[in-house]
Amino acid sequence: MTETLAETTAQAEEPLAEFPMPRAAGCPFDPPPATRVLQNERPIAKVRLWDGSTPWLVTRHADQRALLGDPRVSSDPLVPGFPHPNEGFRENSKRRRTFLGMDDPEHARIRRMVTAPFAIKRVEALRPDIQKITDDLIDAMLAGPTPVDLVRAFALPLPSLVICRLLGVPYEDHDFFQKNSSVLINMASSVEDVVRANEALTDYLDNLVAAKLADPADDMLSELAARVRAGELTQREAANMGVLLLIAGHETTANMIALGTVALLEHPDQLAVLRETDDPKAVARAVEELLRYLSIVHNGRRRVALEDIEVGGETIRAGDGIILHTGTGNWDAEVFPEPERLDISRDARRHMAFGFGVHQCLGQPLARLELQVVYSTLYRRIPTLRLATGLDQLPFKHDGAVYGVYELPVTW
Amino acid sequence: MRVEVDVPKCVGSGQCVMIAPDVFDQREEDGIVVLLNDRPPAELHADVEESAVVCPAAAIRVVEK
Repeated sequence: MTETLAETTAQAEEPLAEFPMPRAAGCPFDPPPATRVLQNERPIAKVRLWDGSTPWLVTRHADQRALLGDPRVSSDPLVPGFPHPNEGFRENSKRRRTFLGMDDPEHARIRRMVTAPFAIKRVEALRPDIQKITDDLIDAMLAGPTPVDLVRAFALPLPSLVICRLLGVPYEDHDFFQKNSSVLINMASSVEDVVRANEALTDYLDNLVAAKLADPADDMLSELAARVRAGELTQREAANMGVLLLIAGHETTANMIALGTVALLEHPDQLAVLRETDDPKAVARAVEELLRYLSIVHNGRRRVALEDIEVGGETIRAGDGIILHTGTGNWDAEVFPEPERLDISRDARRHMAFGFGVHQCLGQPLARLELQVVYSTLYRRIPTLRLATGLDQLPFKHDGAVYGVYELPVTW
Repeated sequence: MRVEVDVPKCVGSGQCVMIAPDVFDQREEDGIVVLLNDRPPAELHADVEESAVVCPAAAIRVVEK
């Protein structure tokens, strides 16, 4: 009894590491050093969040795969114990339910309503359009003054134009939706601002769905409007789905374009290989390696256990929060030897930059295609592309749900 | 080699189609997996095994080596 009490006291006194953990100064691409230490010493460890809750942080590739593929692990943010990243996200999860926060079978039913446009062949058919958008943006950049912010001039417009066209959202409204979307995914935003931005975006998409109900076109919002008419979705649910697709469609790829460019400029030997290859397979491999190396969803996938689960020598109890730090999993030397080396010739396909399990990114074929087109075009068309500022001057998105750079001044 | 797909499990990520397009395809209406050849030739075995490993929903199974 005394011994048990002593043990309990010792555990209670042992301070838990705070999460999220900071990246090291001067190492913008590396996962936080503390997550790498845990990966070696305590790959499934309790951590403390902003609200005092103590979910598990899982840092090894194999354990992450096991848990992300386990139906006893829920994505529903309304299940008690779910590890919310901050108060704004917690508030929003009550207001905007999407398939991201549902479990099967409800998740599968809703997700399948929007999978068809992301099938490999349909996405591949967009390659000429995406190539044209890429070339036009580069033409405009080359015709303008330097230095230029690559994020504003190229990285953000490209995926925004593509997702707008797919969804049927007018690109002229990009200032509006980009501004609100950046509030939503910034960890430093106040709860009031997050709620306001969410409402603004949902109302905007709600109006668009209503317009497509009256006057359908050949786009995803019109397909969702048809589901509304058939009684499979409410108009608000269709609008919520539209918000999710619009945000996911531009934020992530934009960050991969800009941050990927920084990483390549810092690895000129790798950039030279990419610039000189004509082999689409080599470009595709480079995309996978950059996805692995940068893992821009950088504060972990969030889940909650529905039952007791034995994994990696630990018992995760029903109701425990779980954070799968896939950025660190993608630097697991068991799966990717010398993970700290950016090697665009390696086979990195087993990375979890798009997550794993039934929630793995719906838009991944589109993201891959956009990155393949960009990485095989931008550096070839602007071979002298370089940073117009020091690496240490770049504003990295440490406070974002998605990692990247806010601005990227470049010249050539 | 014999391959099986668990259609209800599939989430349409399409990675199998990228890796082994002669063995897997996707339904047009919802991107769900279609098995084109359940006994792929030897030169495709490595690609099929890789497809099974990366399938996020564990919907592909190699039942006979």
